[in-house]
Parts: sequence; structure tokens; C-alpha cells
Amino acid sequence: MLAYAWLMLLFPLLGVLINAFFGRRIGKRAVSWVACSAIGLSFLVALGVLMGTAGSTGVEQPLFTWISAGSFHVEFSLLLDPLSALMAAVVTGVSFLIHIYSIGYMAEDPRYARYFTYLNLFVFAMLILVLANNYLMMYVGWEGVGLCSYLLIGFWFERKAAADAGKKAFIVNRVGDMGFALGIMLIFAMFGTLQFSEVFRRAPGILGPAAVTAITLLLFVGATGKSAQIPLYIWLPDAMEGPTPVSALIHAATMVTAGVYMVARNHVLFDMAPTTAAVVASIGAATAFFAATMALVEKDLKRILAYSTISQLGYMFLAVGVGAYAAGMFHLTTHAFFKALLFLAAGSVMHAMAGEINIQKLGGLREKLPRTYAVFAVGAAALAGVPLFSGFFSKDEILWRAFLHSPVLWLVGLGTAFLTAVYIFRALFVTFWGETRAEKKLWEHAHEAPAVMSIPMLILAVLAVIGGYIGLPRLSLVEGYLEPVLHAEHAAEAGATEWVLLAVSALIALGGIALAYYLYVVRPAVPANLSKQFAPLYTLLSRKYYVDEFYMAVVVEPLRQVGRFIAELFDPRVVDGAVNGLARLAGVCGEGLGTLQNGRVRSYALSILVGVVIILGYFLLR
Amino acid sequence: MNSTGFPLLSLIVFLPLLGAVLVLLLGRRSHAGIRAVALAVTLIVLGLSLAAAALFRPAEAGIQLAEQAPWIPSLGISYRLGVDGFSLFLLPLTALLFVIAVLASWKPVGSDEASRSAVQSYFFWLLLLETGVLGVFAALDLVLFYVFWEAMLIPMYFLIGRWGGERRAYATMKFFIYTMAGSALMLVAILALGYFAYQSTGAWTFDWQTLRELKLAWPAPLWLFAMFGLAFAVKVPVFPFHTWLPDAYVEAPTPVTVLLAGVLSKMGVYGFVRFGLQLFPEGLRAAAPWLAVLAIIGILYASLSALMQKDVKRVIAYSSVAHLSLVVLGVVVANAQSLAGVVMQMVSHGIYVAALFLIVGMLEERRGTRLIAEFGGLWKPAPLLGVCFLIAMLGAVGLPGLNGFVGEFLILVGVFQGVRVYAVLAALGMILGAWYMLWTFQRIMQGPVEARSAGAADMRGMDLLVMVPLLVLIIVLGVFPNLILVPAGATINALVSQAAAVAWLP
Repeated sequence: MLAYAWLMLLFPLLGVLINAFFGRRIGKRAVSWVACSAIGLSFLVALGVLMGTAGSTGVEQPLFTWISAGSFHVEFSLLLDPLSALMAAVVTGVSFLIHIYSIGYMAEDPRYARYFTYLNLFVFAMLILVLANNYLMMYVGWEGVGLCSYLLIGFWFERKAAADAGKKAFIVNRVGDMGFALGIMLIFAMFGTLQFSEVFRRAPGILGPAAVTAITLLLFVGATGKSAQIPLYIWLPDAMEGPTPVSALIHAATMVTAGVYMVARNHVLFDMAPTTAAVVASIGAATAFFAATMALVEKDLKRILAYSTISQLGYMFLAVGVGAYAAGMFHLTTHAFFKALLFLAAGSVMHAMAGEINIQKLGGLREKLPRTYAVFAVGAAALAGVPLFSGFFSKDEILWRAFLHSPVLWLVGLGTAFLTAVYIFRALFVTFWGETRAEKKLWEHAHEAPAVMSIPMLILAVLAVIGGYIGLPRLSLVEGYLEPVLHAEHAAEAGATEWVLLAVSALIALGGIALAYYLYVVRPAVPANLSKQFAPLYTLLSRKYYVDEFYMAVVVEPLRQVGRFIAELFDPRVVDGAVNGLARLAGVCGEGLGTLQNGRVRSYALSILVGVVIILGYFLLR
Repeated sequence: MNSTGFPLLSLIVFLPLLGAVLVLLLGRRSHAGIRAVALAVTLIVLGLSLAAAALFRPAEAGIQLAEQAPWIPSLGISYRLGVDGFSLFLLPLTALLFVIAVLASWKPVGSDEASRSAVQSYFFWLLLLETGVLGVFAALDLVLFYVFWEAMLIPMYFLIGRWGGERRAYATMKFFIYTMAGSALMLVAILALGYFAYQSTGAWTFDWQTLRELKLAWPAPLWLFAMFGLAFAVKVPVFPFHTWLPDAYVEAPTPVTVLLAGVLSKMGVYGFVRFGLQLFPEGLRAAAPWLAVLAIIGILYASLSALMQKDVKRVIAYSSVAHLSLVVLGVVVANAQSLAGVVMQMVSHGIYVAALFLIVGMLEERRGTRLIAEFGGLWKPAPLLGVCFLIAMLGAVGLPGLNGFVGEFLILVGVFQGVRVYAVLAALGMILGAWYMLWTFQRIMQGPVEARSAGAADMRGMDLLVMVPLLVLIIVLGVFPNLILVPAGATINALVSQAAAVAWLP
């Protein structure tokens, strides 16, 4: 099966080409068949590769030589190992479900073919990122998914907010990408190659502590952009302007996890750089916590999920930062299931309520949308870490590993877990419980989504429940499967401590849910009072700590002012003025610009021409 | 006439001149015939230049397809043409962009009735320009080079001055005086070089190959380089010699802007390598820190300026200054990666900037304005125009997988190995570039559909014909850059060892 791995890339590419060129002619039905079967086939190949790579330390398959410039030699080659296979399977699997869901969700959209073209292109780019055997090819996929993200966030480009959000995502990501690119340059300068296997093999001999710290920090800057971590997370909440299935696929399940994957892929280097590892873990923990606080007061259901994504990505970075790469990948996998599920359920709510997404204008929806409610509840339970749901196992694994590393990190993670349970059940209760606050007309028209949307949700709901059992403590399939790549250090036999921690986090999750129940079901007046009593804190949270405003004031506006100064004053007046001044000076000395303008230049030009013709003529006729 | 068999390069260079004469022989009124001749000639030249690329032997570093004949033997001036891996792809690039320019001139060019009806003289000058540009890239005798270099100015003078926009007189004057002033010293330097050759060997010569062997006493290489370099710096242009560019680019009619940005800007970079790095390596090395700083200023300064322009044509014009400043930085650093990037980026920039200026022309044609604020939501009525703009823009911002990335990244890799802080500063251009391009795209193509744009026609016919080849190349060269890098490889290695011989940057 491994020999056919390239088909994984070919199918989405064919889907892109067919729908890009013929999509507007072949009709919506054909478009969706092409797009979905491309990803379905790709998923089947990915499953084959997933089985084929079990126990392998990696196979490299060259496709063609991309760039040769002196010693700078970059192949387009696939790296098939358990890590890339797991990631590829998650990406194509979740993508397939979301493609199916999109058939229903986007049914009425006039740019249907363009939507599926972008979506297929995304899968193609993401697979390049995942399957790359070298840094530059990974960078191709890295920026490629950024492009698709830009195009899909701004899919409804007539809305200024959507176009703004797309542009913001691209540019903020470019900031991170610059770090990544400089990291690649430094790697090339040190190793003379960009191939992962070579770099990892030679790293211990070549890199000193300073170099490895610099490289890993630069790579991590790239990860903070793509995976929306402090300080570059600001684009992800705005990215919710895109169609909801896109939020589920790109801005929750797959693309934003690329940074985690990248760190895991480079674990050899990160293991050598304890300083960077500490930075990664701290940024992850801090992001997890801060994003969760912002989710507490958000009113837009999709944005709650966006903050939640940022927060959960923080957990994953916490994991890889403390060296628990397999745990990070495990949480990445379960998160892909339950977060995609939550987003699709939110999409189902929007579908039912004519696009309404403000939870304060919803309420009581479990009566109208029982299926959506059920799957949302499953997703919420998994996210909150209710025992026996998938998120419980993966999050607990991270907390446990964090505890072994540093009790402070564990405590922050635990606090975040509490906030997580509160905000997601707040969303659940306010949206689905109580009396509805929706407009009467909307309420009466509310209806469940068609099967094409609800079946993918059901499948994801099942995965959100059972997905955790592939990584049970001590029986971990994920850890064992990834073992050949990640060489996961087996945590010391923990015994009692681990079980105590397990119990604590279970209690924390249930406590958070209980608090949400009390605040939003039993005493719904309390939150409003609290927000009044703690108005400054509430404003701070709801304005996202004024980080956007800070960047605007400190980076964007000053640069614009400098640009305006150059464009309107300095360039035309000073630089050009100096030139004109010189010309005028020459004019004063004799031949003025004015007299030149009276036709002399033209005669000069003609005299040159005559000279040229004579010379050429001499030569030709000689 | 030549000593190496079939005079392929002479044919490529002078066929357009023949076409220009043919155009003159046709009747003033036979517009269709004139266009047909121009198209046929430029297409044949394109075919021949591709043949030249096919005949080129990639493994060899030196000059190939060389032709030579005595011209004015008493002064040691001879007729010498030839290409190496560095200049090879500039010929097909030039030939292609002239085909595109001819097609883009199918509808009458000009801002008033008189100029629009002057089809005959327009194509006459256009074809003459092609000979000038191709001659610059192929000439290997310094006097011959200078003749082409200057001769090219005349058609340009008329093309902007007669068929340009409202401020064409001012723009033409500025362009002309600027470039003349820049190249006046170059002539002095060329003559001085011939004289130095006479001094040391007893015979005048302007043969580039021979002059490379000439041992010059310091500081002659420095001031000779400076005199050549000024001409090239104006042509690229390098900050602070760039202020002619926005005016000239903006006032020129679209097909001429395509040529200005696509190929004429490459003449400066070409000069820096052929007559800077290869003739006066010590001179370039001595000037390197200064040039590098100017190039970096150029990248940041032009990018920030592009950000706040109100006219979309000026945005692209300043972006061109920024991108070419990076190319100059690549020349200055002169290592294997940076020079490979220079070769790649010269071709790539020519292609995507041509596409962008064509798009600007189409925007102007549809709306009668280039002010960004007058646009909005154009992607909705004109989806193809939107997609084409998008691809060209992404090529320009260096999206991996498209052609702009390979050259930009290779140059940055090279610069990083030379002086790291230069690379960090230059890489900021990646961010600024994405910012001004995406913001421009947003204000024109996205957002609420602006009322007067609602009925805008999409691309069709000729619009697509000129655009599609460029977009295909943007993608093909992004995926298979080795089409260029491999044939150029041996030449680049030779350049690098020459630079290394004079102990380049730390």
C-alpha cells in the first residue's frame, strides 16, 4: 500500500482541477461527487498507509527534484512514518465527513463549485505539509493551507468583515512564517540540507545549545502563527467569518494543529533545547488559560468554540513542551473529533436559525433540534473532560505529564480544565435549555438538518466518545503506534499518584459543569449581576484583553503613518525634490529643463537614433 | 558574418528591426496588416529564443552560441553576441513579453484620437525596442552593448511620450534625463576601459571576454564599477535613484508598462552581474556594503510606500522597486544560492509583474480610473478577473508553489549565509509585501460591490489570451524551477568562484 501513498495527494489535486475548470458547468451534484469522492479515496489510501507504517521508523519516497541551486537541493519526497500516517488519516477522515456535511450546508450557495475547489485544495496542501520529508516542502504545505484558510475565511468576500478577517489571518500567519523561514535558513546554514532524516541524524554532532535553541525558537514562532498561540492567536477568532464547516475543518480540527505536528516532527531538536521546550510549555499553558477566560464571556457560539480551540491547542503545546509528544498527538486526534463535532453542531444551529449565532438570541433549542442538541452535548462532554469521553483521557494524559514536569504547569492546566467545563456548558445551557429568546418567526421555522449533515455529526459523535479508548493510560495504542518515531519515554510507574490526579481532574470537570448549571439554569440572573459587579474585568475579557487594539496602535498604525509619510511627503518632496533640484541647478547653469522640454530632447533622441542607424548601417552594408 | 555557424542570436536580435522596417513599408491605414506583422515577428523571435534555450548546453559555464565579426577594427570594436546560463532565459522572457505586449496592443493604444490612430508608428517603435532590449542581453562587446543600451531609449521615449497618460510629457522627460545622466558616465568608463586595454596590450579592445582578463590597478576597478553601476542603479532602480520609475510606469500605456517592468528593469540587474561582478569583482566587493544597505532600504522603503499609494498602478510600481531591490541584494551577496535566486527571480518577476500590470490595465479599461478607493467587490461581477488577479498577486507575494517564491527564498537563503542581519531585514519584505498586496486586492476585488463596478465585464477573448500564458508560467516555474536553475547552474558556479576569489562578504 505504501507504494501508492502518492495517490493520497493525487485525488484531491484532481478534485481541485476538475472543479476549478468545469465546476460551474457540471452542476452541484457532480461537483460534490467529485470533491467528496476525491477525499474519500484519499482517506482510504491514508488508512492503508496507517496500517502499512505500523512499527516502521519511516520510508521516504522521492517524487521529483524541486529546487537545485548549488548545494541547496530540495526534493519533493514523501515521508511515511507512523506520525505522518496518523496525522494524514485524521486529516483526510475528518475532511471527508466535513465535505459530506458541506453538501447540505452549502447547498444554496451560488459559489458552490468554488467552495469545494478551495476545500479540496486545502486537503491537498495539508497533506503536503504532513507528508513532507523536508522543511521546505513542509513550508509549501504550511503556506498553502494558509492560502486556503485566507480564501475560505473570506469566502463571502462581499462582507467587509469576512474580507478583513481573511487578510488578517494571512498577514498574521506571514509574521509567524517569517520565523519559520528564518529557521529553515538557519538549518540550511548549519546542516547544508533540509531533509528531516539527515538533520535529525546529524543534529547531536552539529548543533550547540545556542544554535539548537535559536532554530527551535524560530520554528516555534511559525507554530504560534499557524496554531494561534500567544502572541499571534488574534486571527483565529475573526476567522469565524468563514462558512462553519470551514471553521470545523481548518480552524479547529486540522490546519491549526499543524504547529503541534511540526513540533512533534522536530522532537529530536526540541529535546535538545530545554529552554525552548520550557518556552513552548509555558506559552501553551498561558494560551490555554487566557483563551479559556475569553470564552467565558463571549456571546457568539462560534467564537466561543474558536477560543476553545486556541485554549485546547495550548494544551497540546503544553504537552509537546514537556516532552509528551505522543500525548500531544493523542489530544490533537480526540480534539479533531469533538471540536469538529461542536462546530458542525453550531452550524446545524445556524442552519436552523437562519444564521443566528448569538447565544443570547437562542435558547430552548433542545426541543426543536434534539439531534443537534444530543451531539453537541457529546462534544461538550468530551471537551469538558467528563470521564469516559475521549477528551477526558487525552487531557488527563497531558495533565499527568505536566505534573511530572512542573506542578505549576499542571495547576494552570487544571484551572483551564475547570474554566473549559464552565464555558462549554454555559454555551450548551444558554443555547439549548430554558425558554427561547429567538424571534418568533425564526423559532417556528427552526428545523433539524438533513441527513447529509446529521450523519457526519453522528459519526463524529461516536468518535468523540470512543476516540479516547485508543489512548487509554497503559494501553495506549497511540503511544505505542507512534513509538518508532517519537521514542516516548515511558513515564515511571505512577500507581496511586496518577489515579489521584485522574480523580481530581474528573472532579474539576464535573464541578465546572455543576457551576455552569447553577449559573445558567438554576440562577440565570447571577451572571448578569456578576458582569455588572465586576464590570472592568468583564469588559477586559469581552474585549479580549485589548490585544487587537494594542497591535493596531503599536504596529499597524505606526507603519501606516511611516508609509503615508514616505508616499505623500518624503518620496515626492525630498527624494524626488533633490533630483528636480539638481535638474534645476543644471538648468540655471545653462541648458534648463524648460528649454529641454521645448523639443530639444526629442531632437537629441533623434540624433542618437540617426547615429545608431548610421553605425548599424555601416556594419550591415560593410 | 559569424564564425560559429548559424547566426541564431543575430537573427533573434535583428528580426524585430526587420519587422519594424516591414511595418513602415505597409500602408499607414492597414492596421490589421501591421498588427499581423508585429505578432508574426514577435512570435518567430519567441520561437527562435526558445530554440536558443534548447540548443544551450547546460553543463557548460562559458559563453555559448557566440557570434563575432570585426566592426571597426581600427578601434578594436567588434560585433560580438553570446549568452551564458545567466542571460539565457532573459531572451525568451523578453520575447514572450513582447508577444504579450503586441497582443495587449490589439485594441488601439493611447489617450487621444491622434495617438490611437497612429498604429503604424506605435508598432514601429515597439519592434525597434525589442531589438534594443534583446541586443542589450546578447551583446558582448562593450561598445555594441552601449549602442543597444542607448538605442533602446529612443523607442521608449516615443512610446511613453506619445501613447502615455495625462502626465506623459513630464514622465518621459524625467525618464529620459535620468537614464541619460546615468549612462553618460558609463560611456566614459567604457572608453577608459578600452584605453586601459590599449595601454597594457598595445591594442584597443572592447571585447568583454578580453577585458575580463585585464589586470587593473586599484582603485580603477572601483571607480569604473561606480560609473557602470550608476547606470545600472538608475535602470533597476536602486534607492534613491527610483523616482523616475513610478511616473514612467504609471504614465506609460499598459503594454509599455509591462515591458518596462518586465524586461527593462532586468537590464540593470543584468548589467550589475555582467559588467559589475564579472568585469570588476573587486570594485563590486568594495561597494557591496553600500549597495546592500541601499537595497535593504529599497525593500523596506518601497514596500511601505506601496502600502499607502492611492493608485493601484503605483502600488505595483513600488512593489517592483522592492522586489528588484531584493534581487540586487542577491547580486551583492554573490553566493550559490543568492545568484541562483537572482536568475530565477529575474524571470519570475518579469512574468508576475507583467500579469499584474495587465490586470491594472483591465481594471482601468473597465472603470476608467486606477484609484483604489473607486473600486470594490469587483470579484463578483468579474470572477475570472478576480482569480487571475489572485494568482498573479500570490505569485508576487511569494507563495510557495508559485514562481515568486523560489527566487525570493533562494536569495534570502543566500543572503542569510552572507550576513544574517541583512536576511532578517530583507525578510520583513515578505510580511509587508503580503500586506500591501492583499490590502489592495481586498479594496478592489472584495467587499461590498461598488455601484459602478456592478456591471463590469469579466475577462474574455484577448484578455484571457494575454493572461493565461503568464499564469501558466507562474505555476509551472513555481513547481519546476529547475527548468531554469539547472541550465543556469554551471554559469552560477563559475560566478560564485569568481566572487569567492576576491574574498567576498564575511
